[in-house]
Amino acid sequence: MLPETSRHRIRVTVNGQVYEREVEARLLLSDFLRYELGLTGTHLGCEHGVCGACTVQLDGEPVRSCLMFAVQADGREVRTVEGLAPDEERLHPVQEAFWEAHGLQCGFCTPGFLMTVEAFLRENPDPTDDEIRDAIAGNLCRCTGYVNIIKAVRLAAEKLRAGR
Amino acid sequence: MKPPRFRYFAPASVDEAVALLATHADTAKVLAGGQSLVPMLNMRLARPEVIVDINRIDGLSHLEVRDGELVVGALARQRAVEKSPEVAARVPVLREAIGYVGHVQIRNRGTVTGSIVHADPSAELPAVLALLDGSVRVQGPAGTRDVPWQELFLTYFTTTLGPDELAIEARFPLPPAGAGWSFLEVARRHGDFALVGVAAQVTVDEAGRIQEARLALTGVGGTPVRPERAEALLAGQTLEDDVLAAAAEAVREAIEPESDIHASADYRRHVAGVLTGRALRAARERARRGGEA
Repeated sequence: MLPETSRHRIRVTVNGQVYEREVEARLLLSDFLRYELGLTGTHLGCEHGVCGACTVQLDGEPVRSCLMFAVQADGREVRTVEGLAPDEERLHPVQEAFWEAHGLQCGFCTPGFLMTVEAFLRENPDPTDDEIRDAIAGNLCRCTGYVNIIKAVRLAAEKLRAGR
Repeated sequence: MKPPRFRYFAPASVDEAVALLATHADTAKVLAGGQSLVPMLNMRLARPEVIVDINRIDGLSHLEVRDGELVVGALARQRAVEKSPEVAARVPVLREAIGYVGHVQIRNRGTVTGSIVHADPSAELPAVLALLDGSVRVQGPAGTRDVPWQELFLTYFTTTLGPDELAIEARFPLPPAGAGWSFLEVARRHGDFALVGVAAQVTVDEAGRIQEARLALTGVGGTPVRPERAEALLAGQTLEDDVLAAAAEAVREAIEPESDIHASADYRRHVAGVLTGRALRAARERARRGGEA
């Protein structure tokens, strides 16, 4: 016989929009975003907290969406990569910078990097290269060798500072 | 990847959480930061029937100095402790150790107290608790009790806490004014659990001689280790090369590391001695500067 489970009614704000759903307790936040809400920009790599591809912001702070249950996000605010660009025509300055500085190749890890870097630059608008390296240490990229990602973060910081 | 089926409870108070743990005894797991538990669920290494999520309990996120101790509530996130100016000023070794725990995204969720009672033998924070002779306050059906670190850790991933007890605070006695400190570790990649980690705390007299030296190691056995003989032989000494070598040797004798896929026991033993020397030197330098970083 299968062990018992439980289902819970939750209300989560994702990228400014309120969603109400009934979820099984064991549903991960990452799977909730992808399968319940269709927000497939959040990617899943390792599903045990190492790779960083699934990074989203919970109440503004970057977290692993694969290491949280959807039920835990009840009443909270989640921001995913779909919530970065201001509209259909424009990208977020961090996205622009990754594009212009070739901070991505295959792009699989990019959503996780963007959500990490956007939060990092809010906290530290003018970082040193060492601080940038430390900030992105929790996101793995197998294509770029990171050099262009670091350039992209530097460029993003400049764009954001200029925009103030 | 899918966690196994479980029933989920999110109690609003510690009493309610303890009652749930008492009812479900050996079949329940506590969910705090979840940064160790959820991977174990995702990989189905753990299959609890019941999850008691304590994140909805108010009043467990406190971080304060009280009666000569830094008191860290069960829901104080590692990142909050890392960024606290008070922790940086009063218990800087804790801040330094947290820098080695996972990454920012992990530390935004992970808790200090949870990391301690999870009792991973390679985790950084149990070693800091040992270094400072700290304790964990737990609440069970019979009330609260304080468990000193020596009575807390039994072996790999195992503490003396009962299945109906909830860790509500980690308590770190403040280091003496002017103490120097260091936390160093060797890991395969930054953010991984330590192959070996060494925490050191040193106080010196005006002549630069060691008044008290403390060492705590992680990754070298089932629990954190305080190498008492090494600590004792350092007292009254200046840190000349031969003294450091003797301390390193005493550390190597005090530990029983195991071999695994990441490193051999011999390698861990070697690294423990090397890091002991480096950590003692760094702590001594900070002590000479009066405990300034």
